[in-house]
Amino acid sequence: MTMFPLIAKGATVRRRGKVLVGPVDLTLGQTGTTMVIGPNGAGKTTLLKLLHCIERMNGGTLDWACPVAEAQQRQAFVFQTPVMLRRNVRDNIAYPLLLTKTPRAEARARAEDWAGRVGLGDAVMRPAHLLSGGERQKLALARALIRAPEVLFLDEPCASLDGRATREIEEILLGVAARGTRIIMSTHNMGQAQRLGSEVIFVLGGRIHEYSPAQDFFAEPQTEQARAFLRGDIVE
Amino acid sequence: MKNYFMGLAVSALMVGAAAAEEMKLAVTTSFHNSGLSEILLPAIKEDLGLEVQLLVVGTGQALRLGAAGDVDAILVHSRKAEEAFLADGNGTHRREIMYNDFVFIGPVADTAGIKDAQTAAEALSQIAATEAIFVSRGDDSGTHKKELSLWSAAGQTVDDFGDWYRAVGAGMGAALNTAAGMDAYIIADRASWLNFHNKGGLSLLFSGDPVLFNQYAYIPVSPEKHTHVNKDAAQKLEDWLVSGRAKQLIDAYEINGEALFVFNAKE
Amino acid sequence: MTDIWSGLTQAFWLLATLDADLVEITLRSLKVTLSALAVASLIAFPLAALISVRRFRLRRFTISVLNALMGLPPVVVGLVVYVLLSRSGPFGVLGLLFTPTAMIIAQVIIVVPLIASIAHQSLRELWSDYHDLLISMNTTKRQRIQTLLWDGRRALLTAALAGFGRAIGEVGAIMIVGGNIDHATRVLTTAIALETGKGDFALALGLGFVLIAMALFVNLMIHWLSHTESEGRW
Ligand SMILES: Nc1ncnc2c1ncn2[C@@H]1O[C@H](COP(=O)(O)OP(=O)(O)O)[C@@H](O)[C@H]1O
Ligand SMILES: [Mg+2]
Repeated sequence: MTMFPLIAKGATVRRRGKVLVGPVDLTLGQTGTTMVIGPNGAGKTTLLKLLHCIERMNGGTLDWACPVAEAQQRQAFVFQTPVMLRRNVRDNIAYPLLLTKTPRAEARARAEDWAGRVGLGDAVMRPAHLLSGGERQKLALARALIRAPEVLFLDEPCASLDGRATREIEEILLGVAARGTRIIMSTHNMGQAQRLGSEVIFVLGGRIHEYSPAQDFFAEPQTEQARAFLRGDIVE
Repeated sequence: MKNYFMGLAVSALMVGAAAAEEMKLAVTTSFHNSGLSEILLPAIKEDLGLEVQLLVVGTGQALRLGAAGDVDAILVHSRKAEEAFLADGNGTHRREIMYNDFVFIGPVADTAGIKDAQTAAEALSQIAATEAIFVSRGDDSGTHKKELSLWSAAGQTVDDFGDWYRAVGAGMGAALNTAAGMDAYIIADRASWLNFHNKGGLSLLFSGDPVLFNQYAYIPVSPEKHTHVNKDAAQKLEDWLVSGRAKQLIDAYEINGEALFVFNAKE
Repeated sequence: MTDIWSGLTQAFWLLATLDADLVEITLRSLKVTLSALAVASLIAFPLAALISVRRFRLRRFTISVLNALMGLPPVVVGLVVYVLLSRSGPFGVLGLLFTPTAMIIAQVIIVVPLIASIAHQSLRELWSDYHDLLISMNTTKRQRIQTLLWDGRRALLTAALAGFGRAIGEVGAIMIVGGNIDHATRVLTTAIALETGKGDFALALGLGFVLIAMALFVNLMIHWLSHTESEGRW
């Protein structure tokens, strides 16, 4: 059963009386790579978590075409600051498989394979907390991909990485997308958004300000704020 | 989890399982401190194959243990309390076994001058008159009860005493430790005193008044009230305690060349 | 000072000659406390993990109760267990009073709040680290608890050691429920109390030093064991 379309109607996240995100009206289709962009504090992280159904909603509706638990199981989320389990790299990557009762030996073998694919082949036995920022992102990516998710959420995966690490991650993502994984990610890097994205969600003040194909958005933004944002001006 | 607990319970039982038969006997601290039990218990084990587990407590608690059915018999020395215990149907009968005596301990200097007193009452009156520091067990034990009855026999009211009278609420050993620390007067059973290692500046100042004799009695816990008690073992132990063998061991027991107990069980 | 010196000498001779009574008492101390520790950990660890991951209504209340129970005077625990296990108490038929099992029960009650409370403090921290990831992976409560217990095992070991320290040195409760019966329920602490009562400070101190040495030994052993577990190095 397909998860798509995702349909949100007036979905709102409110904390301490303040609206963080919403109301969001959105329909996401089966294909493409969606880039969520917008200034700091615009609500990108909150929006991604909302779509992944791990952010409590205070109003409106948000429905995947299948039950939430199942949707979550077929999706994966890479957080802006990746969570390092207090285990070595291999067991971090194997963790999602162990949750689904994969035999330990098989899980570890597959984890080592994935570690190699993201360039952590030499570090499999290292405690995860000794990894650098870029390595942590790769670990989180491998841990997300090992379950072969149909939807992959990433929250600014290259925010604190240098050009080389960014490039490595982008290559992995392009490969994943080519094999049909639906990617929904936030980024501050407009070059990256253009390289990877097929569509753009521009978030401002917790609302979806513009939602359009990437080509159109970068060629001809519809709103003054989006134009300002792309120019690098401060937008409120 | 449950299995684990069962295992613990089983292994716990195994600890004492070496002996064929065992019973629990509540005795007073003063009896245990005398060291006599270390002579009697091995002999009992040898003669009867019976492992007597001693619960060393105050008289008050020994009586409670008996009343609750947590022991099979008690060996105590507080006649009034024993009779009340029997009257409540907690025990089958009272069997007198032996007696020892209480002694007055105090600072070597004997500030209250009780050394030359003729009677216990006179000695206590002098302590009260000079308000010399006096340590009382204050724990409702047999020794404490005895002390209180001695005070009232001497015409003194404990409640009126000033702070020279220190009720410590502790066992014999702890009370003796306290007395040694304060150079105070105290009433102790002779056995506890002789076996006490921390005498400090204390010495035995007065003894021998017949009112100071301390009768030990053995009371089996009523099997009617508590069906689980080991009444056969309790009976066997009683028979042994009044036997010639017990008489010989009890009368021969000495510390520093002094006899402590006088066997007086009647056949 | 002379007492301490002769206590040390006594301790040395007791150990050097492997005094039979001392060995028996020491082993019983260990057996009772380690059993209590095992049972207490089985209760306290999952409890700590549960109150870390769940936001149930009585959570705050449970934590306060645990913290309050940590300060529970052991004698009170002993007294309550005593009354419960007495032949005239509700569990009298089990005949457990004055057995090592009774001592284990009392020690479990004494150390569960301590272990749970210390364990909870570190598991709560771990949970705030792990929260987002485990939620996003749609883990079950059980999986969350298992993950916390496994990844927090070093902290749990520390909690258990704190429990061991409290249990092995405890005297008030086990004196009451165990009865300090020679060859049945006498352990190091009750033996120390007994010898102190007899005014034999040297022997009491000697036993005390043995107790300290044993506590040290167990601590070192456990730390050494956990360090040799190479994979568990975090
Ligand atoms: N739990 C919360 N309580 C209150 N405010 C929050 C909470 N989480 C996030 N915010 C606020 O919500 C806004 C949006 O946050 P976020 O989604 O992280 O923005 P972005 O990822 O676009 O930088 C920010 O102003 C942030 O401070
Ligand atoms: Mg963010």
